[in-house]
Amino acid sequence: MSTVELNHSIQKGDFHLQVDTEIPATGVTGVFGESGSGKTTLLRCIAGLERSEDGFSQPVHQRRIGYVFQEPQLFAHLSVRKNIEFGMRRNPDATDQTDEVAGLLEVSHLLDRSTNDLSGGEAQRVSIARVLCQSPRLILMDEPLSALDERRRNEVLPYLDRLHAEWSVPIIYVSHNIDEICRLSDHLIVLDKGRVVAEGDLQTMLARIDLPQLGGRNAGAVLNVTQSRYDSEFDLTLFGFSGGEIWVPGQHHASSTRLRIRASDISLSRTPAESSTILNILPATIEATEPETSSAELVRLSLGDDCLVARITRRSLRRLELKVGDKVYAQIKSVTVRR
Amino acid sequence: MMDFGPLWLSAQLASVTTAILILLGAPLAWWLSQTRSRMQPVVQAIVAMPIVLPPTVLGFYLLIVLGPNGAIGSWWVKLTGDTLTFSFTGLVIASCIYSLPFAVQPMQNAFESLSKKNLEAAWTLGASKLDAFFSVAVPLSVRGFISAIVLAFAHTLGEFGVVLMVGGNIPGETRVVSIAIYDHVETLNYAAAHQLSLALIAFAFVTLFSMFLINRRWQSR
Repeated sequence: MSTVELNHSIQKGDFHLQVDTEIPATGVTGVFGESGSGKTTLLRCIAGLERSEDGFSQPVHQRRIGYVFQEPQLFAHLSVRKNIEFGMRRNPDATDQTDEVAGLLEVSHLLDRSTNDLSGGEAQRVSIARVLCQSPRLILMDEPLSALDERRRNEVLPYLDRLHAEWSVPIIYVSHNIDEICRLSDHLIVLDKGRVVAEGDLQTMLARIDLPQLGGRNAGAVLNVTQSRYDSEFDLTLFGFSGGEIWVPGQHHASSTRLRIRASDISLSRTPAESSTILNILPATIEATEPETSSAELVRLSLGDDCLVARITRRSLRRLELKVGDKVYAQIKSVTVRR
Repeated sequence: MMDFGPLWLSAQLASVTTAILILLGAPLAWWLSQTRSRMQPVVQAIVAMPIVLPPTVLGFYLLIVLGPNGAIGSWWVKLTGDTLTFSFTGLVIASCIYSLPFAVQPMQNAFESLSKKNLEAAWTLGASKLDAFFSVAVPLSVRGFISAIVLAFAHTLGEFGVVLMVGGNIPGETRVVSIAIYDHVETLNYAAAHQLSLALIAFAFVTLFSMFLINRRWQSR
C-alpha cells in the first residue's frame, strides 16, 4: 500500500514538534491529542503554513494540499459558487467537479447565494466543497466541527461520512474528540507534546489499553460489523462480527457499519446472567489487563478476531480473581452506531 | 465670471497625487500591516509625520531637497533641464509626501482587520501571495481604499502651506485653489474668494457625504 510521508520538525517557543512517520495514502487518518499536543501545528507544517525544518520548502500555493479550517474561512466578497471555484481555477490540472461535489455535500441550492446568508453548518460544507474542487492530493481537516454547536454539527457530520465513503483523496483529520475520530478515521495517530506516541489502524489502536491518551473517558473499542436483520416488533437491528452478534436500538440502513463501545459501558461476569435486562451479553476471553487509576482497571477482551475494552474496578478484578486467559461474559450496556 | 483655473489645477493635482498614493501606498500599507520587522514602528512613525508637522516645516525642507541645489532637485535639473520647485511636478511630489498618511493609514487599517486565516485559506487553495493580495485582500478592503482615496484627494485639495513654500503662485502651474483664495483675500477681492471657498465647501461636503453613504451601504450588505 502506498503511503504519505510526514516528516516535520519545528520549534515554537518552548514547544517542539517532531514528527517522522508515514500514513496510508487512502482513507482517513485521525490525529488525536489534547489541546497543545501539536495537532494544528502538524497540519500547518504539512500545508506549508509553518516553516518546518524539513528542508522541503515548496510554497503553500504549489502544494495542492486542501485545508479545512475550524471556521469555514469563506471569502465574503465572493458568492458561494465563486468560493467553490476559487481553488479549481488556480489548479490547471483540476477538472470541473463543481456539480458532483455540490451534490455530494448538498450545497447545490446555495451556489448563487452570498456567503453571509449561510448557516454555520452550510458554510462549513461549502468550505469542504471548495477544498474538494481544487483537486487536492491530500486534505487536511483541523477540527472542522469544533466551532459548531450540536445541531450544526449534525449538518456536517453525515457529509463527512459520505466524503469518507465516496471520495478517494486521503484525509488527515485532527480532533480532540474521540467520538469524531472513531466515526471517521481508518488509521489513528496519537500525538502528545509534539511527538507521535502511537499509531496504527483505528481498531487496533482503540483496543490498546496501555495508552493514557486513549484512557479515561476516551477508552473504548470499535467493531466493524455487518447487518444481519431488523426486528420490527422491538425496533432493533442485529449486527454480526467475528465474535458474535450485537443488538442495536432502531433501524439502520447501512449493510456494514462501525460500532463504538465505551469501556465504561461494559461490565464482566463469570457466568452468563440469565435474568438480566442487558440485551447484549457476549462470551469473551481476557487478553490483557492494565491498571488505569488507583481504583480502575482496563481489560482487553478478545471476541473472535475482534477486541473490546472494558473498565472494571480493581476490587472486582480481585474479587472475581480475573486473569489473562479467563473466559468471561461481557455485558454491553450501550452501543453507538457510526451512522 | 468665476476663475476655474485654480479649481481645475487643484483637481488635477489631487487626482494625480491620489492615483500615485494608492498605487505606491497600497504595497506600503500591506507591508506595514503584515510585517513583524523591527523597522515597522520606525516606518510607521515616518509615514505619520506629516499629520503632526506644520506644513511650513515640511514645505521648507521640501524646498531645500527639491530645489536646484537639493539632492533630488539637482538630479532633476540634470535629467530634464527644469527645476522641480515652483513646478506642477514638484507640487505632486510635495503633495504625495504631505498626504501620504491619509492614504496609507485607512488602507493599513483595512488590511490589518483582514483575517490571517482567510488569506491562508487562499494560499492553500492555490493562490500565490500576490494573487491572494489582489483576489482576496484588496476586494475585502474596498472600504479602506475608498476612505484612502477620499481622504488623500480632499487633503491634497486643501493643502496650503506646503504649496506656498514649494510651488509659489504661478497661474496654471502652481496656483491651486487654496493659494488663489489667499490671493483674493490679500487683494480684498472678497467676491472671488467667496466663489472659490463656497465651491470648496460644497465639494468637501459632497465627497464626505458620499463616502459615509457608501460606507453605510457596505455595512448593511
